[in-house]
Amino acid sequence: MSNFETIIGLEVHVELKTKTKAFCGCANEFGAAPNTHTCPICLGHPGVLPILNEEAVDFAIKAALALNCDITRETKFDRKNYFYPDNPKAYQISQFDKPIGRNGSIEIEVDGVKKKIGVHRLHLEEDAGKLNHLEDGSGSLVDFNRVGTPLIEIVSEADMRSPKEAYAYLEKLKAIMQYIDVSDVKMEEGSLRCDANISIRPFGQTTFGTKTELKNLNSFTFVEKGIAYEERRQEKVLLSGGQVEQETRRYNDATKTTTLMRGKEGSDDYRYFPEPDIIKLKIDDAWIDRLQAEIPELPDSRQKRYVEEMGLTDYDAMVLTQQKTMSDYFETATAGDADPKLVANWLMGEVSAYLNSKYLTIDEVPMKPEALAKLVQLIEKGTISSKIAKKVFKDLIEKGGDPEEIVKAKGLVQISDEGALRDLMLPILEANKQSMIDYKNGKDRALGFLVGQVMKASHGKANPTMVNQIILEEIDKL
Amino acid sequence: MNDQIFSLNLGMEVTIVSRISEEEVKYVANLARLSFSDEEIKTFTTQLDDIIGFAEQLNELNTEGVEPTTHVLDMHNVMRKDQVVPSLPREEALKNAPLQEEGQVKVPLIMEAD
Repeated sequence: MSNFETIIGLEVHVELKTKTKAFCGCANEFGAAPNTHTCPICLGHPGVLPILNEEAVDFAIKAALALNCDITRETKFDRKNYFYPDNPKAYQISQFDKPIGRNGSIEIEVDGVKKKIGVHRLHLEEDAGKLNHLEDGSGSLVDFNRVGTPLIEIVSEADMRSPKEAYAYLEKLKAIMQYIDVSDVKMEEGSLRCDANISIRPFGQTTFGTKTELKNLNSFTFVEKGIAYEERRQEKVLLSGGQVEQETRRYNDATKTTTLMRGKEGSDDYRYFPEPDIIKLKIDDAWIDRLQAEIPELPDSRQKRYVEEMGLTDYDAMVLTQQKTMSDYFETATAGDADPKLVANWLMGEVSAYLNSKYLTIDEVPMKPEALAKLVQLIEKGTISSKIAKKVFKDLIEKGGDPEEIVKAKGLVQISDEGALRDLMLPILEANKQSMIDYKNGKDRALGFLVGQVMKASHGKANPTMVNQIILEEIDKL
Repeated sequence: MNDQIFSLNLGMEVTIVSRISEEEVKYVANLARLSFSDEEIKTFTTQLDDIIGFAEQLNELNTEGVEPTTHVLDMHNVMRKDQVVPSLPREEALKNAPLQEEGQVKVPLIMEAD
């Protein structure tokens, strides 16, 4: 057990999925041919007038509300000045002292323990272009399609104490952004990006230690691993009598380590000043109320409802609400009479296994939620056995359709008629009399063999409970 | 820019009161990626000192109870609808870039991450 406590704060950038950029009408689209979505405004030509995108502000306010922030009623934009080839204006339009949202919080859960993580601030700004570094080291290529697209930067309080908490915070943040539909939040496409600030201190110390900033965290797993490495590294430095330097480090997944990117000397002076081109914003009650009304039920509330009203376990409810598409699917599937617990079992078992193996999400498969509900009900009613259900499921998830029709068309209805079962079974039992005798003499395994023979002969359609019962009756008669 | 006043003792009885130091001018020049000769730094220090002095006349005004002003126009919430307008053709957009490759602007290798 370590003698040090880890302090983690995360800075997350979320790309907003508006149709156009933040200050001009160029399309905001991922994956387009390089430099096909630019204009004099986003390229920073002299004499142009940027005009704020209304939808971007709506999305930022919505996100701030969903993160329980106080909304700054009178806000403005500022210029953050720096030279970098991805930024043709040599400044970024951002918000300095009046972020749209402040003092928010979200709740996370790690190993069954709930905890509130503060959101220090949320502001609206524009993104930079994309630099593609050439392998041969001869230079970098710049694609300006992304320059000027709207981003929100969400800065957490330094409230997290373990890599797992950081991971949980990101998961929750991502889920909330998905629910309110303001971003694709795909880390692999860069629509969610994260930097981490980490410091450690001896337990009991109230002041923070010197922090390092971790970059190049391209997946949630990298965030977790990068922080874990960094806490061990800092601990080693301190235990050997050294001091942690304030610096920016980069996570390298190949070596699972962090390496120095730049030290404190290069610390930035952005010379923020009010953006003269963008007029101030006043956010009144009516505006806030309109957006508040558009916010759907968020994951925490759904999770609670799944536990309290549908009888799911905390864990199942948490997993099912992590992705909005999955949660919506579950809601539709349980809108009728299907047992929520059984639906949840299918979604977390067979369905998730299939999705993971094919790298798909639930909205990408042809099986409709109503079909899954029907399948569950066919099992509940005993129309099909759970073994047959798996066959039907395979058809459903690959090709879609109606489970009832699949069962009929393929003649998969479970045989639960006692007469029919006896007709089918008696010749089999006759042929395997020795096994019946074995069972009677205490060889338990013999029963499984007999059931297996019957199931095989019935192509899995015999009702297994009844088969068991009939075999036992017949053995008793011996 | 800087409301601190720096005193520079020239070793004589004359004391020149300076509003900005040469060090600060060099610092600001570096932020703007500009490099100057010592002679130019001296000139700009004097000129910037004059400019700050000119702007400082505003300090004579009583701004008690006046909100900090970021825009002089009495307007707010000027926004546009989220509607796509055509972008520039790529050739047009890249016309001023001296080096191009694969439809992108080529720049010297950047070591830091983007």
